[in-house]
Amino acid sequence: MTADLIAVVMLLAVVAYACAGGTDYGAGFWDLTAGGTERGRRPRWLIDHAMAPVWEVNNVWLIFVLVIMWTGFPVLFQTVFSAMWLPLALAVMGMVLRGAGFAFRKPSRRLADRRLYGAVFAVASVVTPFFLGAAVGGVASGRVAPGTEASADAWANPTSLLFGLVAIATTAFLGAVFLTGDARRFEAPDLIGYFRRRALGSLAVLTALAVITGFVTHEDSPHVWHGLTHGLGLLFVVLAGAASVATVWLLRRKPGTWVRVTAVGVVAAAVIAWGMAQRPYLVPTSLTVADAAGAQATLTWLAIVTLVALVLVLPAVVLLYWLDTHGELEELTDSELRRQGGGTAGDGAAHDS
Amino acid sequence: MPTSLHLLADAPAQLLPARELMAFTLASHIILVPLGVAFPFITLVMHYRGLRRKDATALLLARRWSAVMAVQFALGIVTGTVLSFEFGLLWPGLMGRWGDVFGIGFGVEAWAFFLEAVLIAIYLYGWRRLKPRTHFLLGLPLPFAALLGAFGILAANSWMNTPQGFSLDSAGNPVDVNVWKAIFTPMFGPQYWHFVVAMIITAGFMVSGVYAVGWLRGRRDHYHRLGFAVPFTIAAVAAPVQFVLGDSIARSVFHKQPVKFAAMEIVWKTDTRVPEYLFGRLQEDGTVSGGIKIPLLDSVLAGFSPDTEVVGLTSVPADQRPTATQATIAHWAFDIMVLIGSALVLLALVYGLIWLRHRRPPASKWFYRSAACAGVASVVAVECGWIATEVGRQPWIVYQNMRVAEAVTSTRSTTLWIMLGVVIVVYMCLFGSFLVVLLKMRTRWRLADEQQAAGGTGHAPEADTPYGPRAPLPAAVSSAAGGAAARPGDGRP
Repeated sequence: MTADLIAVVMLLAVVAYACAGGTDYGAGFWDLTAGGTERGRRPRWLIDHAMAPVWEVNNVWLIFVLVIMWTGFPVLFQTVFSAMWLPLALAVMGMVLRGAGFAFRKPSRRLADRRLYGAVFAVASVVTPFFLGAAVGGVASGRVAPGTEASADAWANPTSLLFGLVAIATTAFLGAVFLTGDARRFEAPDLIGYFRRRALGSLAVLTALAVITGFVTHEDSPHVWHGLTHGLGLLFVVLAGAASVATVWLLRRKPGTWVRVTAVGVVAAAVIAWGMAQRPYLVPTSLTVADAAGAQATLTWLAIVTLVALVLVLPAVVLLYWLDTHGELEELTDSELRRQGGGTAGDGAAHDS
Repeated sequence: MPTSLHLLADAPAQLLPARELMAFTLASHIILVPLGVAFPFITLVMHYRGLRRKDATALLLARRWSAVMAVQFALGIVTGTVLSFEFGLLWPGLMGRWGDVFGIGFGVEAWAFFLEAVLIAIYLYGWRRLKPRTHFLLGLPLPFAALLGAFGILAANSWMNTPQGFSLDSAGNPVDVNVWKAIFTPMFGPQYWHFVVAMIITAGFMVSGVYAVGWLRGRRDHYHRLGFAVPFTIAAVAAPVQFVLGDSIARSVFHKQPVKFAAMEIVWKTDTRVPEYLFGRLQEDGTVSGGIKIPLLDSVLAGFSPDTEVVGLTSVPADQRPTATQATIAHWAFDIMVLIGSALVLLALVYGLIWLRHRRPPASKWFYRSAACAGVASVVAVECGWIATEVGRQPWIVYQNMRVAEAVTSTRSTTLWIMLGVVIVVYMCLFGSFLVVLLKMRTRWRLADEQQAAGGTGHAPEADTPYGPRAPLPAAVSSAAGGAAARPGDGRP
């Protein structure tokens, strides 16, 4: 019972990471495709400003997924990381380069430096979700079982490949939708249309990929296919479809806050549908939730820790997003890092170390 | 020699690269940890001073420090994520068997870290628009979130040192997990406080070291005096406390992990009236070459009497204790840490005495030279402390319950060596860029300050870019929609 609860918590953490982290990776995707230095300057400017206050928080969700995995379902953690060694190793390298590229691009001012850091950030933003998606695909298609050694087949197969591409398309879609809103917030009207077109385009690609994935899973991962076409899984698939339609409708009108909600709804419903389709397995047909569950006492405590943390963290997160969307959070400019008026008491020579 | 060869032959080939990779990434991450844990606290002290005394210089320092914090925190998140992946990529056996026993600490840490990330984001980006008081108050929970995060990590590490809170079934798997016992293990308290104080000291000396260099180069204005005094005072107060805590944790190791203590002090045979060696090398046959031998001291330090019996390495079979080389490494790391710690306490005492006697900061060049070195020295001490505790635990990953060799991944060693190579290159670039970025920020601020002092406008248009204020953009947009070149504020050098 507790194990099921923790499994749901883990699925929700995956949802949170897919949405928050996905938006973040998507911003990187559009950074990559923004074109040359001149042409891409304004989209990149917006991406930088929109991402800066929240990107760190967005990416911490992944840590939860890992922690819940190894504390709540140690066998699952061991299985996935043993079998999916290479894609996960590549994904983590991508994360390193991505975070570093973004962090260093901001304060550096030479064009060559900014180009280099920016390119690293953008390329890594596309590569990382692909490998994460490929790893998930390998799990969903039942190619992994406890004791499976790392092999190329575990992640270089049709389902993995498609999941990887779906992951990229999803991030691009989320990124574009959120940047549309950010463009409005940052009062850059030309960029609203720019990102709206891209949001619609990437949703079209995502839909196409989703259909292809449907055909492939039918052959390649029958258990998930069955789950997606029956019961709760089907319900969430339908919900994801409805949310996409709503997103298209909202995007074609004047985009507001609601389009973000529906876009997140698309991704969340899709991820939950996958989770529901896997029931009762964590790794289809070889490892059930009950088998993988850790010690009962630990699971109970994990639930308690999660609850307490939610009470502590949720208000802070809400505050952050609220402050952010109300324009209360702004970066320090150079002029604020400079002495005001030079008249601070007792200052002789004005130097800095 | 034969014993180590034998052990090496038993160890899987991927053990060495896996350990090197973990060691390298963790050693790199550790450099950022003091800043992550204690820098917000120091910045808030400075911030408080600025608000309280209406000191614009203090506020400026706090603002600039928070700009540094932004870059450092991002790098810390990145290198920290790598570590959590490595638990799976390198040590799947550890997490697979013990994850549900000691993983809960990481759960606490993850949430605390999340809270910290949120609060830091608010603090960093709140300088401009939030009311000064609100802004400061929103920053106040930061040090507590940092303490909570440290709690989680130290709970996990001390569990690996003194595992408890479970029993083993016939297959050797942990059952009857008691989470409370698994968190509050015997080594937890000593390790936690030793760690927290170490972080405060290190961050304090690192930050003040920067301004000590400035002092030595003749920059002795209010800005530099303040930038030096606040972090240095915090570290100087904490240093003597650490002296006591360090002594106490050494004695806890003596009681709870006697074999590790034997390695740290290179004690070969269990005996009373054991001498203390400063440095020196433990040979395979149990003799010690080199080093300074102080008779009886080890027994006295461990139990306040020469008759204290100190357990030696040979009290357990060779495959359950660190090799002679590992013991020597742990011993050197321990000695270096203690020496640096003692030197830092001396420095703190000098500082305190001068304040008490003359009511002014020290004026001696040698004091500031030492203070400039103190930052680097304390980082070295932190690294050494970590080496002593990790190498001293060998060959165990979970003390007396699981060997490192049992936990390691089955990935081919070649793959791991390649990954190690890539990671080293990437990390060199990362930390190199980190330094370059910090130095550039410094140069920019210095130039701006000099311009201001020279009576210039100080608001050259290019100074606000590329991350200038938000306001100018919309204006530029309406005049040159879609075209970026026309934005006057966006002059890239």
